[in-house]
Amino acid sequence: METGKLTIAQIQAGLRSKQFSAVELAESALAFAEAENPKTNAYLLLAADRALASARRVDAKLSAGEDPGPLAGVPTGIKDVIVTKGLRTTCGSKLLEKFVPPYDATAVARIENAGGVLLGKLNCDEFAMGSSNENSAFGPVRNPAAPDRVPGGSSGGSAAAVAQGTAVVALGSDTGGSIRQPASFCGVVGVTPTYGRVSRYGLVAFASSLDHIGPLARNVDDAATLLGVIAGRDPMDSTSAFAPVQDYRAAMHLPVRGMKIGLPKEYFEGLTSDTRLQIEKGVRLLRQEGCEVLEVSLPHTPYAIACYYIICTAEASSNLARYDGVKYTIRSSRAQTLQDMYRMTRGEGFGAECKRRIMLGTYVLSAGYYDAYYLKAQKVRALIARDFERAFETVDALVTPVSPFPAFKLGEKLDDPIQMYLSDIYTITGSLAGIPCMSVPCGATSEGLPVGMQILTRHFDEPGMFRLAAHFERAGGFTL
Amino acid sequence: MESMADVAAPLATANQIAKYEAVIGLEVHVQLGTKTKIFCACPNQFGDAPNTNVCPVCLGMPGALPVLNRQAVEYAIQAALALNCEVRRKSVFARKNYFYPDLPKGYQISQYDQPLAEHGWVEVEVEGQPPKRIGITRIHMEDDAGKNIHEGFKDSDRYSYVDLNRTGSPLVEIVSEPEMRSSDEAFAYLSELKLALQFAGVSSCDMEKGHLRCDANVSVRPRGQAEFGTKVEIKNLNSFRFLKQAIDFEISRQVGVAESGGKIVQETRLYDPVLGETLGMRSKEEAHDYRYFPEPDLVPLLISDEWLARVKSAMPEMPALRRKRFAADYGLRPYDAAVLTGSRALADFYDEAAKTSGDPRLTANWTIGDLQGLLKGAGKEIEDSPVSAARLGELVAMVANGELTGKLAKDVLAKMFETGESAVSIVEREGLKAISDTGVLEKIAAQVVEANPKQAEQYRSGKTSVIQFFVGQVMKATRGQANPAAATEALKKLLG
Ligand SMILES: [Zn+2]
Repeated sequence: METGKLTIAQIQAGLRSKQFSAVELAESALAFAEAENPKTNAYLLLAADRALASARRVDAKLSAGEDPGPLAGVPTGIKDVIVTKGLRTTCGSKLLEKFVPPYDATAVARIENAGGVLLGKLNCDEFAMGSSNENSAFGPVRNPAAPDRVPGGSSGGSAAAVAQGTAVVALGSDTGGSIRQPASFCGVVGVTPTYGRVSRYGLVAFASSLDHIGPLARNVDDAATLLGVIAGRDPMDSTSAFAPVQDYRAAMHLPVRGMKIGLPKEYFEGLTSDTRLQIEKGVRLLRQEGCEVLEVSLPHTPYAIACYYIICTAEASSNLARYDGVKYTIRSSRAQTLQDMYRMTRGEGFGAECKRRIMLGTYVLSAGYYDAYYLKAQKVRALIARDFERAFETVDALVTPVSPFPAFKLGEKLDDPIQMYLSDIYTITGSLAGIPCMSVPCGATSEGLPVGMQILTRHFDEPGMFRLAAHFERAGGFTL
Repeated sequence: MESMADVAAPLATANQIAKYEAVIGLEVHVQLGTKTKIFCACPNQFGDAPNTNVCPVCLGMPGALPVLNRQAVEYAIQAALALNCEVRRKSVFARKNYFYPDLPKGYQISQYDQPLAEHGWVEVEVEGQPPKRIGITRIHMEDDAGKNIHEGFKDSDRYSYVDLNRTGSPLVEIVSEPEMRSSDEAFAYLSELKLALQFAGVSSCDMEKGHLRCDANVSVRPRGQAEFGTKVEIKNLNSFRFLKQAIDFEISRQVGVAESGGKIVQETRLYDPVLGETLGMRSKEEAHDYRYFPEPDLVPLLISDEWLARVKSAMPEMPALRRKRFAADYGLRPYDAAVLTGSRALADFYDEAAKTSGDPRLTANWTIGDLQGLLKGAGKEIEDSPVSAARLGELVAMVANGELTGKLAKDVLAKMFETGESAVSIVEREGLKAISDTGVLEKIAAQVVEANPKQAEQYRSGKTSVIQFFVGQVMKATRGQANPAAATEALKKLLG
């Protein structure tokens, strides 16, 4: 069996027809991941014992005639900012090099309850801060489509593993584009659901009001299946939504003829010509499918980056305070006093990007600056959300590029944080508004670098998003 | 290390102090007596081995999230109502950011610009002065920190330990207006506040156990001046006595500084109960910018009219009202009413006993006097009284009806206290029922008069006080069971 190419549906069929057992699949997936991982450095850890135990449970259920769940036997990778009981969870940071959580994230527990097989933990930018996966304390991840290029970030390991076939699906996390941007760079599907749709319990916080857990997959169907499993109210997360979870896979088969698609004009300025070409081709495809395409405007878009970097750094400065050397953080060995412990532990432990954001965030919350920065940013955030509400009064979905440019070379933007921040320019607005958005593969540049198209819909209209994405994927033949 | 200002100035004299007016406000932290912590399901209890009542949430583990305890909100609402506050329909939690080892998240979850309740008051009374209302600015909810342990371990000279059992314990912070003018008023305010919260049943308010913690803001100004002076915050006031001592010391320190031409520095000072002085903390430690911002992990707390009405209707009678009712309905003296509302348990006990006995004033005497004496002797609180309120009421009723003499009733109460039996069964078993039957008493009276002709003669010749002697003889003959009134009546009739 070629574990690197299987879909969830094929795995379910294979298990039920006894083509292979879940244990055989897990063994083969683990061997494949171990062999292939050096090419990308996507996995930080392979959890063979846990994977095989899950697989054995699936096989036992199958032979007892019980339903093993919609993810039965599916080799799944987990971004290393999502905690796993008994499995080291580093967040890509030296500070948590030895942190073994005593509990599972809700999303992880739901995957395993649905028969999923947790294969291992995936590399990422430190505390999910970055757009290239170069901010990991455990080395960068290489893009499977072009090994000298970045996979995007911060869920670079998740996107690379899925693209490479070392995971069938993976969990990523998205704060300002951290699922969609790497998905587009690696040519896979990446979904950021509505804020509150998936419990954040067990997602190590970067910016709590913006953090999402979401699936990465090689096709829309697999992403929809995984989201269906992890979505839903969780009493452990006060911000998780009570709204019932819809049938995302069923929605994929509804027709798109007559759907109104908006192209926000602000999202077509400043993108590279290669990317523009692919997105325009994609839009033509949607027209051919019978969608009505019209131009719309989201006028507050130019303020999004400033707004985002104030809110996310403010929250990050508070969320990252707990890495102080007292507990579960590796403490500086040089520290002699309490003040030393704080300064040295954090000074030695955090990478440059985390330090930059902690300092920015501390500044914008400090006395005398709060109103001018944080409060104003919250007002801008409300205006950006209103832009979307207005647009959705006339259209059913918005379509934009995911990133202005395709995967760039390792090291290319490392010394220029502003250039790096610009790679999220089209994704952070959706995060600020808390609406569902996803990246679907949309061809490749002349150099063969994947391009992703972003689809955004109303709050909790994941069905509409999957419906459009599935038709687009079929029409374009864009499956890996 | 003390700041320069305190070293120089001498404490003020009484004459100097008299020229100034003190302005005092209190910030009181009260731990709510919920079963579980404010944001997780860990037990809200103490005295267990360190770091045993903990979970990922209260340990501040990466990825863990808070979920607000509904019971804690109800207790906080009750506290707000007990202190006459307006409860806001919407309040918002906020993060208060600072580093300390006993604070595992690196921030406290508190409430900032939108607290749970506002605009309350407490009425206090200082002896010799008319009652006075002290305003309450706000009440907000927050989570408690853990405890740093600096001694008791063999490497305590090099390391401090942290116990996080208390982390996440639910607190309310109650901030008063700066409306107190003396340490006596502060003392009275804190006493009344404690009593109200105990009556509401939201906290034991045990200061020794840290369930009630108090900081005081103190400033002084020349009498007649409208503007406030520079305020100083005093921490570490862990008893009522220390609160009073610290405020008195601080007033005379500040007046001393002002009178010797110095400048009072805005700072935080710690009360040292051994020295009886407040000492300045290094300014570095207090230079906090807490960087408050709304807690993104919690949704705003919305309190519906229905919820508020439900909590309101379940509120017990507050001590001030109860004192008034005891005086008005039961005819108690103000002093007795105050004693009997010293705690909710005592007030409830007395209320029930009084209703059972039908004689509230007599019940008050028996509760305050004999029962409290027995409890004190046994080292027990009213909550653990072996004599229930109903049984005390029955006993008092027997005395009131003349079925049992006061003297014997004392012995019966002692037996009840020992065995937990009812008065009726003790009286019946031991045959202690008072003799009120006139036939029986006249017979005994006749015997007594006959046996003491000399005294009878004295009585008849006008020395009527001798009647006491005869009553004593009747009592002796009946082993104390004679109803004294009925015996006197019979004797008078006989001696003519
Ligand atoms: Zn806990």
